[in-house]
Amino acid sequence: MSTASPPAVGARPRFEPQIARRKLAGTSFLGACMAAIGLLLLALVLLLYDVITKGLPYIDLDFITGTPSRRPEQAGILPALVGSIEIGLMVGAISFPLGVAAAIYLEEYAANTLFNRILRTNISNLAGVPSIVYGIFGLALFARALQLGRSPIAAALTLALLIMPVVIIATMEALRSVPDSQREGAYALGATRWQMVRRSILPAAAPGIMTGIILAMARAIGEAAPIIVVGAASFVTFLPTPFQEGFTVLPIQVYQWASRPQDAFHGIAAAAILVLLVLMLLLNGLAIIVRARLSRHLQW
Amino acid sequence: MPSLLAPRQPAIGVTIAPLPPITPTLPVAERETVLRMHGVSCWYGSFRAVKDVSIDIGAREVTALIGPSGCGKTTLLRTLNRMNDLIPSYRTDGHIQFGGQDLYGPGVDPVAVRRRIGMVFQKPNPFPKSIYDNVAFGPRINGFKGNLDELVEQSLRRAALWNEVKDKLKQHGMALSGGQQQRLCIARTIAVEPEVILMDEPCSALDPRSTLQIEELMAELKRDYTIVIVTHNMQQAARASDRTVFLTMGEDRAGYVVEVDDTVKIFTNPRERLTEDYISGRFG
Repeated sequence: MSTASPPAVGARPRFEPQIARRKLAGTSFLGACMAAIGLLLLALVLLLYDVITKGLPYIDLDFITGTPSRRPEQAGILPALVGSIEIGLMVGAISFPLGVAAAIYLEEYAANTLFNRILRTNISNLAGVPSIVYGIFGLALFARALQLGRSPIAAALTLALLIMPVVIIATMEALRSVPDSQREGAYALGATRWQMVRRSILPAAAPGIMTGIILAMARAIGEAAPIIVVGAASFVTFLPTPFQEGFTVLPIQVYQWASRPQDAFHGIAAAAILVLLVLMLLLNGLAIIVRARLSRHLQW
Repeated sequence: MPSLLAPRQPAIGVTIAPLPPITPTLPVAERETVLRMHGVSCWYGSFRAVKDVSIDIGAREVTALIGPSGCGKTTLLRTLNRMNDLIPSYRTDGHIQFGGQDLYGPGVDPVAVRRRIGMVFQKPNPFPKSIYDNVAFGPRINGFKGNLDELVEQSLRRAALWNEVKDKLKQHGMALSGGQQQRLCIARTIAVEPEVILMDEPCSALDPRSTLQIEELMAELKRDYTIVIVTHNMQQAARASDRTVFLTMGEDRAGYVVEVDDTVKIFTNPRERLTEDYISGRFG
């Protein structure tokens, strides 16, 4: 145990830098991180390669503007594409005002009471509820009780509910990232709470809010399960309108075609996946542009 | 005139440079009081941060609040425009008279108070808007009906910022330098035509040159406004203020006023031993 006693000052160097060893530890960690990225990239590249090689030959103008058909070489995805875009826009229009208003209340108005803390925690929990559960709820409430039927609006309401927790949490985060000095600055000029929120906090939080909503919309567009429950049809040859029964969306079209035995249907399923991916890319690109434009000058 | 403000004993670490001439202050009896504090205590829940303060703030003067960290200077300052109302557990005891009215009386709306008693903060906090919109913010929310362009220009001129920004009013307020941002915040405060301007260590984030600009600006502004400033910088208090309030903490960690007097008096011939020790840098 003699080694446990501290050495006398000056008896030997008090530091053992071991720089080489510390650097090795850093290099190893970097290696581990790069391996993780590499693995993920590999999976992504394989997936994309598979989809592109299978799907690309089927993509042409007729495919984009055509309607589904029993013959895969004549089939198109226009009803599903329009359904996805239409429902995506409705989801945004519904979840934006509701989600942002709820987040503003929770972040800027609600007192820090036990009830409100429970409310906040539960919103985070809602984000983890399986999407199929939202589908069942949407079927019961929107399709049946409110008699909206198997319409795009019923699907949009269901998806809006599904992404609401994400929208609320993203908005709350964006509001919280605005420093209190901004709130005080507005108050010190004689602003009311609403003027403070409306003219100072919301513009400052806008980039985060917009990004959150666009990404949530992208998630809604990629969902299939809840929409199947609400009642999307498998074979739609007309363009859906919001309140009319009968619609489909891209993920469901993919699911339908992929479950057919014929190889050619697998090909157009891959082509539909490509169309969905491009739609997602456009949305994500939009999120990046909006963020960059709105936050150009923000620096706290 | 010998340097009035040199401490009687050489300061440790504080050299007080030759000072610009200070306007002679009027005797107490001739002063017009804008804010009168009587037995003011500030509480955060059960913790008393400031104890039993009774001081008068004179009109069109610069009053400096000095004292060691944690003695409640900022709390006291924020009590004067009801900024602390935003903290749920906060409470003020005692009376603050503002223009003959009890600042904390029933029916007094803090929103109305804050337009008349403006505030400039420690860290410049321009809004993420253009320079013009920063200054126009206050007038707009307060229902200003006159010529906004004129008011913005006039406010920027009085904040000694106009010449630097007149060609880039549409530019972003956050793109300015720190000193310019702070003057923008002063312009923004002036634009709602307050009677009192509270400044909470307005120069602590600024370089010496910008600090001097702000101090010159204060000397200019006190012709029309009453200014109360919290500062940790002894030289700043000596240079820029007419009256000085020295606070410190008691055993119970509550801040209290040790001495209030003309700045010249405080820095040359303080009554209290504690004041002398503090301004000469021996504690705090």
